[in-house]
Amino acid sequence: MPETATAPARGTRVTYDFVTRAIARTLGNPGKGYFALLASAVALLAVGIGCLLMLLRYGLGLAGYSHPVYWAVYITCFVFWVGIAHSGTLISAILFLFRSGWRTAVYRTAEAMTVFAVMTAGLFPLIHIGRQWYFYWLIPYPNERGLWPNFKSPLIWDEFAIGTYFTVSTVFLIMGLIPDIAAARDVVSGWRKRLYAITSLGWRGTNEQWRHYTRGYLYLAALATPLVLSVHSVVSWDFAMAIVPGWHATIFAPYFVAGAIYSGVAMVITLLVPIRKLFHLEELITVHHFENLAKLCLLTGMIVAYAYCVEFFTAWFGGHPAERAAFWYRAFGPFWWASWTMIICNAFLPQLLWFKPIRTSILALFVISIFVNIGMWFERFVIIVVSLAGEPYERFANATYNPTWADWGIMAGSFGWFFMWFLLFVKNFPAVSISEVKEVLPAPTRGKAVHA
Amino acid sequence: MKLVNPLTAIFHPPPTPGVLGVFGHLDATVDAIGKLRQGGHTDFTVYSPIPRHEIEDALDQPVSPVRMFTLIGGIAGCAVGAWITLYMSYDWPIVLGGKPVGSIPPYVVIMFEMTILFGALATILGILFNALFAARRLGTVAYDARFTNDKFGIFVPCEPARAGQVEALLRGTGAEEVRRA
Repeated sequence: MPETATAPARGTRVTYDFVTRAIARTLGNPGKGYFALLASAVALLAVGIGCLLMLLRYGLGLAGYSHPVYWAVYITCFVFWVGIAHSGTLISAILFLFRSGWRTAVYRTAEAMTVFAVMTAGLFPLIHIGRQWYFYWLIPYPNERGLWPNFKSPLIWDEFAIGTYFTVSTVFLIMGLIPDIAAARDVVSGWRKRLYAITSLGWRGTNEQWRHYTRGYLYLAALATPLVLSVHSVVSWDFAMAIVPGWHATIFAPYFVAGAIYSGVAMVITLLVPIRKLFHLEELITVHHFENLAKLCLLTGMIVAYAYCVEFFTAWFGGHPAERAAFWYRAFGPFWWASWTMIICNAFLPQLLWFKPIRTSILALFVISIFVNIGMWFERFVIIVVSLAGEPYERFANATYNPTWADWGIMAGSFGWFFMWFLLFVKNFPAVSISEVKEVLPAPTRGKAVHA
Repeated sequence: MKLVNPLTAIFHPPPTPGVLGVFGHLDATVDAIGKLRQGGHTDFTVYSPIPRHEIEDALDQPVSPVRMFTLIGGIAGCAVGAWITLYMSYDWPIVLGGKPVGSIPPYVVIMFEMTILFGALATILGILFNALFAARRLGTVAYDARFTNDKFGIFVPCEPARAGQVEALLRGTGAEEVRRA
């Protein structure tokens, strides 16, 4: 019953006015819990900045790299955060094209998450390059040496993919926000009214505005859909184009895309549970929405589990000794704990979502989503670090790798950075789409007047 | 002498005289649109908190030209992607294993990303330009803050002499509130 997806408990009626006011209310003072969360996010960010300053001063030697593991926690975090971003575009663009009614209550949060996750992800390659102050060398700009980037390198593809993804997801978020900021502008007072008067760009909901807006939004969704599939494919080719056993596989692109959406949906659940409580959005974001997110999680989780099986099967069935050795090392080598954390959290635990009582229990979903987040971080760790450490072509390599405080500190900082932006966003801009939630409600008609 | 601010002419044209009707119901709004079109009005403005197909059908406007912006932007992006990769490869050749300097398959990735980037940005510009041109054409029309919340609205520009007639029409179709601007 998608039409009544946003209906609250029986007995109350959701009107347009109720929707506007319920969402505009989130823009007020959110209370102590919110500020405690924001303070912890900023504290984590401060830890990350401290570690980053040390890294800038003393160099990448602090990061625990040792031959042959030169891509480690920073690249793991990069892939993790890019992955988190993907479900936002899935919910906002792909489900928009599929006309899914239930997406309206959750897509703004998911989309904001996309933008902030890409902002976080984009920092890691820049931290990882070592001489961070030369990051602009990645950009093809005319220079006095007549040099250009090597467009055959997957790393340059990645830069273009991430840059495009960040730009497009940001404008997509802003486009969706404009009618909602205008709705908020017309019900709030004080400095917020002035802020929204500027940021709503003169939106009044005229027929001309809607005519161009709805068309444009449709095309943006149609452009964002292939983009989201391409971005994580390109990220996967950073690995798949190399000959490292465990990386060089054609399954990587779909495997990464499914994993990205999986981790992203889990992160959406992790974020929505506290947001819903803090901002009292229980009437708008219902158990029905969580159940649908859980189903998405289950679907993508099954694809990921299948990809794990296929990877191991292909390594065995292909018969290549190096490939076989790499996968044996992955499952039973010194990093067995990382691999089994990944398999248990990503492939086994989500099987609980087959059961409806678990899918409809918000606490259970919250716990599972956190385990999926952990599992997906380990998936990237296993693919990157364990494949490099177990590389059988490097006979004399010292294949130990231990992340250091610089790795953990900057990773913690990235969580602080992400949550800080996210929390600031949900307090200051409509975290649930006002106009789209109204779209799934029955329109007020003279026959059966709907009054507040 | 007071200089004229050119931005004022674009963003704040003088108020257009006319009648503003506030509607609480979608079907009443659609009726009013039909009656106005029968009465020969073409340049009225309809406000709604959400886009509704009923209003779109009643107005029967042509499809937004934004799609041309998207198409041209996308094609331009693809061309730019092809141009930068090929030009830059030949300008600084990196020859590896005797393979072609400009090789298309890896460049498809860049061309694809640039298609999306330029297409999306052109779409945004298309929406902004078209909405701005429409706003300039209509002038400063009356507005009510409830139109982004739960009311529909119609503004009909007309001379004060004909305002009474338009007011009667809007009231007759079920406007909750009618006022002259």
